[in-house]
Amino acid sequence: MIDFVKDVRLWFAPSRLEDEGDTPDYRFSLANERTFLAWIRTALALVGGGFAVDQFLPDLRWGVRVGMALALLVVGAACALRAVNHWVRCERAMRRHEDLPLSRFPVVLSLGVGLVAVAMVVVVLLGWTSQR
Amino acid sequence: MPGRDRDAGLQPERTRLAWRRTTLASSVVAVLALRQALRGSGSSAEVAGAAVIVLLWLAFLWVAHRRIGALATGRPQVLGARSALAVVACTVALAAFAVAVIL
Repeated sequence: MIDFVKDVRLWFAPSRLEDEGDTPDYRFSLANERTFLAWIRTALALVGGGFAVDQFLPDLRWGVRVGMALALLVVGAACALRAVNHWVRCERAMRRHEDLPLSRFPVVLSLGVGLVAVAMVVVVLLGWTSQR
Repeated sequence: MPGRDRDAGLQPERTRLAWRRTTLASSVVAVLALRQALRGSGSSAEVAGAAVIVLLWLAFLWVAHRRIGALATGRPQVLGARSALAVVACTVALAAFAVAVIL
């Protein structure tokens, strides 16, 4: 937890990041930046999915629709926050010549997306859609 | 001599294109958010929400535009933490807006 607070401080004080170690090859930093952007796109896709579920699935029951949309939106926001945290930690590790940080987040995200997909299959199969 | 300085792996170009893809993704989300905001009667609250979304989208584009400009050199500087935070803040704000509208 204390490590996390330190990381959050680094988000807001990039100069503190530059105090550490030495500047890595710019190509490594650019690769880190592209990874960050890929996670941001993942986050945007999840947020867009949340909007889409709410707007384009009006036949779903209110609870199911709102639950799905909220799950996608919350995971999307978490994905964006985690993206910047991971970017800062990777940048720092490269400056210190340490190993890059490992993360459980990709597994958690995959399981989450899988669960939502299975839930949608169940919803469609059981016909939990309000009849009109 | 920009030709001599060119990285054989085209890292700055790839990073620039990654920013382009990200602005495209943010545009799609912004359009969906606008659609959500303007579904009702067009009250002043809805217009204000739409204005906030447009501002968030413009902020996202502006950060990306600046970074793309900074990448147009042979050896670009590291991405500033403030730009990274701004992009994340826009994404989280769009999600927060969606939660506020849906609930």
